[in-house]
Amino acid sequence: MDVLTLSRLQFAFTIAFHYIYPPLSIGLGLLLVGMEAAYLRTRRPLYRQMTKFWVKVFALTFALGVATGIVMEFEFGTNWATFSRYVGDVFGSALAAEGVFAFFLESGFLALLLFGWDRVGPKLHFFSTVMVALGSMFSAVWIVVANSWMQTPAGFHVVGEGLQARAEITDFWAMVFNPSSMDRLSHVLLGCWQAGAFLVLSVSAYYLLQGRHQAFAKASMKIALSLALVASMLQLVTGHRSAVIVSRHQPAKLAAFEAHYPASAPGALHLFGWVDEGAQRVHGPKVPGLLSWLVRGDAQQPVAGLEAYPQADWPPVQISFQCFHAMVAIGLGLIALSLAGVWHWWRGTLWTTRWLLWLFVFSVLGPQLANQLGWFAAEVGRQPWIVYGLLRTSESLSRTVTAHMVWASLIMFTFIYLLLFALFLFLLDQKIRQGPDEEEPADLYRRHAHAAGS
Amino acid sequence: MLPDLNTVWFGLVGFLLIGYAILDGFDLGVGGLHLFARGDRERRMMLNAIGPVWDGNEVWLVTSGGALFAAFPEAYATVFSGFYLAFMLLLAALIFRAVAIEFRSKQPMRWWRQLWDVSFGLSSLLCSLLIGVALGNIAQGIPLDAQHEYAGTWVGLLRPYPLLIGVTTVALFLMHGAIYTVMKTEGPLHERARVWVRFTMIGFIICYAVTTMATLLYVPHLAEPIRARPWLFVLPLGALLAIANVPREIFHGRDGRAFFSSCAAIAFLLMLVGVGTYPYLVRSVPDLAHSLTVHNAASSPKTLGIMLVIAACGMPVVLGYTVTIYWIFRGKVRLEPTSY
Repeated sequence: MDVLTLSRLQFAFTIAFHYIYPPLSIGLGLLLVGMEAAYLRTRRPLYRQMTKFWVKVFALTFALGVATGIVMEFEFGTNWATFSRYVGDVFGSALAAEGVFAFFLESGFLALLLFGWDRVGPKLHFFSTVMVALGSMFSAVWIVVANSWMQTPAGFHVVGEGLQARAEITDFWAMVFNPSSMDRLSHVLLGCWQAGAFLVLSVSAYYLLQGRHQAFAKASMKIALSLALVASMLQLVTGHRSAVIVSRHQPAKLAAFEAHYPASAPGALHLFGWVDEGAQRVHGPKVPGLLSWLVRGDAQQPVAGLEAYPQADWPPVQISFQCFHAMVAIGLGLIALSLAGVWHWWRGTLWTTRWLLWLFVFSVLGPQLANQLGWFAAEVGRQPWIVYGLLRTSESLSRTVTAHMVWASLIMFTFIYLLLFALFLFLLDQKIRQGPDEEEPADLYRRHAHAAGS
Repeated sequence: MLPDLNTVWFGLVGFLLIGYAILDGFDLGVGGLHLFARGDRERRMMLNAIGPVWDGNEVWLVTSGGALFAAFPEAYATVFSGFYLAFMLLLAALIFRAVAIEFRSKQPMRWWRQLWDVSFGLSSLLCSLLIGVALGNIAQGIPLDAQHEYAGTWVGLLRPYPLLIGVTTVALFLMHGAIYTVMKTEGPLHERARVWVRFTMIGFIICYAVTTMATLLYVPHLAEPIRARPWLFVLPLGALLAIANVPREIFHGRDGRAFFSSCAAIAFLLMLVGVGTYPYLVRSVPDLAHSLTVHNAASSPKTLGIMLVIAACGMPVVLGYTVTIYWIFRGKVRLEPTSY
């Protein structure tokens, strides 16, 4: 394999693995604010116990998010040096703002959130929780702004030519509020809230099915289900708005999402399907005109298809189509599940409807998959560009890095990340089995060592 | 005369790196010394001495990287792609270190804890070494081509001088970490940490003397600015006094002051490197004309200006709550139910 393929594989693998964790931290962070606020208002020990338990899960996801996140910041420079030179002037201020406003905030106050229970008063502790939650969301703001600029660049001009060309900021706020940033940011943040909410739902449903920690599980489930419903419903709005923005600013990407080939014709929406890229058609059920109606407000309006662009500028159609459709399908499934949950909650049958509780146990995978697939659709759909319409992915590599080097690092990351993932699942499973009110493992050590005769 | 924006940003990136070296320096040092602690309780004491703060300390590295990317994208791209394998190794060490801290006390099994203890210790030492070697390469200069790309091999990064700086960095961080341990602990661990301070100080002073001689003999360009402007001599003098003050304060039992002396020494030493390299970010040897300077590697003045506003708004707040959080966690470490 060449350096380009290897570097893309490595970036895709490391970012996809990284992105398991920040959505959980962001979603759990918001839920922690809700739980601790409930504790401050009612002073019921149950809410304190809830906060303490979920803080531990939060700490685990946060640690892995940090450990895998540093890799991302390094990789821009190590593997994509030409890209870094090109976008540094634009992208840099967003990354610097992320460090100053987000990372310091969350990691600083995390100390009080995790270790400050007995050192500061309940109000200051709650303030720390809010700051950690805000910090984690700020980090999403700046990175999504930077990525949105790569999708819909604005507020810049290009200086220099050839290898020396680079984008320079002309208008900072136009860069920050580029056409897609706000819609994509809200879409991403809601996806993170879903990830956190469905994790809490999954664990709580598991406890209810096992008949353990009933009060804890019910209270956790109520707060998480409320967030899950709100976030899932709002995804309809932000998802739709994001698609409209894509149709306006990245028409070839939208055409790939729906495998819409004709240069100018009303677009159909496929429920699912398989793209025959040779014959340029899709096998699967479709609603004629629905794509046009959704993005243009009129079923008869033509939508630009792939044929309107040179083939060299087409993204990989099959991958974009499948990722996009799978994301939408999962999103709709999560809405249905949230509605079913709320319906049973209202009827008072949520705690005993076992099939629904089982669905909730597995629902934790839903937002995770949808988040991953959504990003794959967004990034693969932008190809062959790394900065849409300006810089090709193939022209963005580090010139000093060879295929051997990337092989070495790719093997290293594969090994480390598989190990980390196994450990993460193991520790999360232990934490869940242990439940909210068991002894601390730290204290268990002494008895364990004693029993082992040492 | 006011310095231009490029020079200001050279100073600010330097400020972030000094902050990183002072803060992560002690917890990397604690990590290395952790290998020599006795028993689970002492290991936990050391781990929890840095427990609430290590994560925030590492953010200084992340922000330094972000600031370098933003202010001097050419230097960021050249260094990160040129040092590819070294930085991948650094990433592996940073990952193992982070998860070792997080994972070790989560299971009671002896083998589990030993595994993560060793991984915490070795990765801390490896991080210190690699950071030092990278700094040594920047200080000595590396071959760049006309497009400012690194023109050497990865073996070329392992020259004697950078390796010496790497070892000196390990020694410095171990000393810094030992002093921090003395400050944060009581009882037998405290007594043993006082012995560590003695050994690590001797180790560091030997490294420092060798480094100083090697610099004057083989990397004379680092000393030129000081010869040209004798008042800059306060930097090496300050470093020397700060280091000399550490055993005095330790002897009198003023551990906090000893720690501040050690912080000051790190700051002086890095300022010395900064003054020696300015205006070069990456000095090209042998062809000096290919070097990256604060001017030819920088972002546009507009971006530098925007970022200065961001830094001016954000950093005072960051410093404010960082100091507050350190203040809340002041005093000797104690093991609590929420500890690692």
